[in-house]
Amino acid sequence: MNLPVIIKFVIDLLAVLLLALGIKGLSKVKSARDANRLAAFAMSLSVVGLLSYYLGTSGIAIQSWIWIIIGSIIGSLFGAILAKKVPMTSMPETVALFNGCGGMSSLLVALGVAIFPISSGQENFDFFKSLINEVSISVSIFVGAITFTGSIVAMAKLQGWLSTPGWTQSKVRHFVNIVFAVASLIAFLDLINGNASSIWLLVIVSSLLGIGVTLPIGGADMPVVISLLNSYSGIAAAAAGFVVDSQLLIVAGAMVGAAGLILTQVMCKGMNRSLVSVLFGGSLSAQSTASSGSGEYTNITSCSVEECALTLEAANKVIIVPGYGLAVAQAQHTLREVTKKLEQNGIEVVYAIHPVAGRMPGHMNVLLAEADVPYEQLKEMDVVNPDFPATDVVLVLGANDVVNPQAKNDSSSPLYGMPVLDVQEARTVFVIKRGMSAGYSGIKNDLFDLPNTSMVFGDAKKVLNDLIGELKDLGVGEK
Amino acid sequence: MSFISLLWVLLLGSLLGLELIGKVPPTLHTPLMSGANAISGITMLAALTLIVKAEGNVPLLIIGSVSLGFALFNVVGGFFVTDRMLAMFSRKPSNKK
Repeated sequence: MNLPVIIKFVIDLLAVLLLALGIKGLSKVKSARDANRLAAFAMSLSVVGLLSYYLGTSGIAIQSWIWIIIGSIIGSLFGAILAKKVPMTSMPETVALFNGCGGMSSLLVALGVAIFPISSGQENFDFFKSLINEVSISVSIFVGAITFTGSIVAMAKLQGWLSTPGWTQSKVRHFVNIVFAVASLIAFLDLINGNASSIWLLVIVSSLLGIGVTLPIGGADMPVVISLLNSYSGIAAAAAGFVVDSQLLIVAGAMVGAAGLILTQVMCKGMNRSLVSVLFGGSLSAQSTASSGSGEYTNITSCSVEECALTLEAANKVIIVPGYGLAVAQAQHTLREVTKKLEQNGIEVVYAIHPVAGRMPGHMNVLLAEADVPYEQLKEMDVVNPDFPATDVVLVLGANDVVNPQAKNDSSSPLYGMPVLDVQEARTVFVIKRGMSAGYSGIKNDLFDLPNTSMVFGDAKKVLNDLIGELKDLGVGEK
Repeated sequence: MSFISLLWVLLLGSLLGLELIGKVPPTLHTPLMSGANAISGITMLAALTLIVKAEGNVPLLIIGSVSLGFALFNVVGGFFVTDRMLAMFSRKPSNKK
């Protein structure tokens, strides 16, 4: 072993250690920010290690430097600009876009090596080694392509650029996807068999498979899909590691792949969905409308913003239940103004955060943190549920399925078993909602029929603005 | 590196990944996903290798460079955006007014 090899070995080892510590630290609130920087440092370190290794052994040609610099500057610049500019509400689609590009990168590496085999130093043909090479190239292309097109579709759907086409809800989609999958397998076998041109077939059909699998999945399940695709991009990186013989790539890719799977599992649990039903079940509403479509609302009480303000003024303890609708209306800042007024009047305000509130688990916390809501006021479901009986007013903003008592009471409901917030235990519940449309699940919400529930119809932002006005008239929060 | 030892690396890396994330508060799901996503941009090393080993093959240099660009877009964007999210959590109520 010569010096460059030893140096690279030490740096790689250190980078793996720091990356592992980074992922570990990211799972605790206190250490998360430092952990993220630690991981970023480890990544830079790994680049230094690789470049110094080549400088010490084969050297790096001027021409290579030029292309390295061009690629790095353009990629980093766009990444940094997007990361700085993007609004917090579009976080899920941003993560999807970044993720897709990671997949694209693995795909391109494998494609490059496949078209222009890089000299490995040894010229003697080794069947076993070339087989492994072809398998890892194929896996890298297959997973990379699925990650790329899947992430782009996910992003487009979250942005509202793409809707779910009707045919994708029928059984036809399974047939189509099976065709794509089988075609990928044929292309893969053909490639191993020595037919180099079938690599293009592999690229095309695995890209189509990524689209075909993601397109039918409905909005609520999208975060799970992004998390899964994130795991895939790790797998694609690990496969690329086999292609270029890099242990660091394999370790880091495998870590992300495995961690992503765990995270996906955690998310599924929070939504009471199995991964299989997310991937193959289509959108939940399509299957469940038949089973519980019979439910008509019989006892809806609607009230004005003024009444809502009066009740709030008299309250001692208020719990806010923010949901997807709040994120869509981008009303978190307006909400914060309302709660500030209430707090100034000595009213205790707490935010109840369901594990899947918002558009991604944890997304609501980010949005509320952006609006300057103190971290201590954000309560997780298990912590806040016992508090509801002692609460005067609950304000439900754009949340629906996560406050549906059916999940606890009605074993025939598709929601049954999903952890929900027990808002109905509170003295008064106000639900701010555009209309009587159902939530993601398409299931009737029994909460709306309860005598202590009043509906305030309107756009979340507008209602909150009106609420500020009413509270002002009542002299709340003005000292 | 022999293939078998690379497989060991894969296995141990996966086990490490499974162990690292046990209990994560839901609050951190989005930042964690985004941070892990940035790490998956480690393919930038593969892209670098490709460029260094291209030996004047221009199409390969271009493919490597584009691949490097995509990977760094992922890495730099991913870490920045994660930092932005986490910065909001670390703001203490005491130092704002």
